Amino acid sequence: MSDQPLLELRNLVVSYAVWGGVFRHKVGEIRAVDDISLTLRSGETLGLVGESGCGKSTVAKTILNVVREMAPGVELGGEIRYHRERGAVNLLELRQRAMRPFRREIQMIFQDPFASLNPRQTVGQIVDAPLRIHTNQTAKERRERIRWLLERCGLQGSYIGRYPHEFSGGQRQRIGIARALAVNPKLIVADEPVSALDVSVQAQVINLMQDLQDEFGLTYLFVAHDLSVVHHIADRIAVMYLGKLVEIGEADAVYHHPKHPYSKALLSAVPQPDPNRSRAKRQLLEGEIPSPLNKPSGCVFHTRCPIAEPDCSIKVPPLEPKESGQEAACPYV
Amino acid sequence: MTDAISPEATDEPKTATEPVLSVRDLHTHFRVEGGIAKAVEGVSFDLFPGEVLGIVGESGSGKSVASLSIMRLVPDPPGLIAKGEILLRGRDLLKIPYEKMRKVRGGEIGMIFQEPMTALNPVFTIGMQLTEAVRVHEKVSRAEARDRAIEAMRQVGIPDPAERLKDYPHQFSGGMRQRVMIAMALICNPSILIADEPTTALDVTIQAQILELMLAMKEKKAGSSIILITHDLAVVAETCDRVVVMYGGKIQEVGTVHQIFEEPKHPYTRGLLASLPTASTERKSRLSTIPGNVPSIMNPAPGCRFSNRCPEAIDRCSVEEPVLHQLPGERFSRCHLVEEEALGQVDKEKADV
Repeated sequence: MSDQPLLELRNLVVSYAVWGGVFRHKVGEIRAVDDISLTLRSGETLGLVGESGCGKSTVAKTILNVVREMAPGVELGGEIRYHRERGAVNLLELRQRAMRPFRREIQMIFQDPFASLNPRQTVGQIVDAPLRIHTNQTAKERRERIRWLLERCGLQGSYIGRYPHEFSGGQRQRIGIARALAVNPKLIVADEPVSALDVSVQAQVINLMQDLQDEFGLTYLFVAHDLSVVHHIADRIAVMYLGKLVEIGEADAVYHHPKHPYSKALLSAVPQPDPNRSRAKRQLLEGEIPSPLNKPSGCVFHTRCPIAEPDCSIKVPPLEPKESGQEAACPYV
Repeated sequence: MTDAISPEATDEPKTATEPVLSVRDLHTHFRVEGGIAKAVEGVSFDLFPGEVLGIVGESGSGKSVASLSIMRLVPDPPGLIAKGEILLRGRDLLKIPYEKMRKVRGGEIGMIFQEPMTALNPVFTIGMQLTEAVRVHEKVSRAEARDRAIEAMRQVGIPDPAERLKDYPHQFSGGMRQRVMIAMALICNPSILIADEPTTALDVTIQAQILELMLAMKEKKAGSSIILITHDLAVVAETCDRVVVMYGGKIQEVGTVHQIFEEPKHPYTRGLLASLPTASTERKSRLSTIPGNVPSIMNPAPGCRFSNRCPEAIDRCSVEEPVLHQLPGERFSRCHLVEEEALGQVDKEKADV
């Protein structure tokens, strides 16, 4: 791992249009990602955590530059700077064709191994797709590469002619990883890659991802809600709440000494496989996540915050460094 | 040796009382294309008053089918409860007529499902669904039923309950819907609550709220018990008193939550616990894994269900099915190794004679 930045989000804003009325016109907007800046360093794993609706998956889609296709009317602000040897490029300015060489370098692993593989294609065809698009290899070369990839991901090379339904969830996730790996990417965005898997299989996939990172020098953006898993695999952790980045720092600092009151509550709510841990010490958050259509003013967390002060509803707190090393968006901790 | 769990021979005060619910040698099968899928095979366990019993297992372990069988909610066809007894205070639920069973559901046993959006009827208001639950089980007026519904919603922490009775399920958030489910399951004061993955679809801060709520509701009614079905070992550790571990349609291990987590007696339980990253696991280290995949229930291998993935398997394991062996202190493990360890001493003595 180096301190060399690979990807930088600068003041990223993603607003989805809300359509309504008789003529389906735009009636409002949801700021799913609200002014987020963070840097992914080359070779590191950054864990991005938060609850449903916090915008973590939108960040992933925006980095891949597919959010415009997926959500018509979406408005994007800020920059996503991807660093190459010849200098940095703002991915948000690129349209389909110009984006193509970057898609080779940024690949994705999806959450649901049942939905992310085309059931009508063989494993060979699925893993072949990125090779066909991004390389000039002959069919024979690609076939060899696919076999090698499958074996590297813990499957048998002979599976090349089989269909996804013949495999279990864990094996399918390995197929998805082989596909992502096919074109030697630098960055892999993994959106909840193990949360759909059985406990006994989760650990296998986590180990595989770690091995591949060591072997190929991959950089991961690991989006997940399971904090124990994220703490295990990530070098740094970023916590999101309602489109805002509330805390970011070294994995141990954020996990063991969270500063922001939301991170604290989130971590204390995570159950641990230890029957001796006292539930009484848990900090239960009151209420629910407010609707992203109608976000609280000022600090978005102030409606549920146990230490909120009157001015929290007015001022938007910036991320600022804290003594345990991480940055948190709260002036009162 | 029998393959059933007997509540006798116990020294713990909690289990010394009569069980409220006893499942005996339950077999639930599904007739599917290509044969019979034996989802639950010979499952026996007891639920005692006042306890939270966790049934934990991965997909295909049979944990959900076992709970649906208790409520006789397994769709038939293709499902079929082939064999067994489900004794609710001594009365076999599998033998009573269907009409009587309707009284048991919601009346004596309440149930919460994983996905509250599909468990609630989308075209009726929450109020209509809650009052129906009361009026099916008790002879009360509409007004009384409505008061009960408001009170039930207040107890599970839904703000402004009188107003929210008029709302439809889609107007509630996931966490609030699960609260409505709990209100509905508990509105007739059942003594047993079966919760099948009640928090799996929820965010972790809401999960904590719902688990706290379930335990608080149990405390309110003396002697009531919960069966919590889940794949999440951490949830089990924090909420359950006793644990049943299932794999491949069979019970593999039974013990108190401390026994299961502190000295697991089955290689499968040990493997599961070791594969979880916890606060004390070294970051970035290789996690210990269980090799292979969760097997299909269609063609179970002979011998122990876990033998093809078990790191400790011996020759005997792939040939001979182990029984659920009883250990001291109301513990059970379906493993030849445990049995051999216990019997080793006896065999040695016999050999000497």
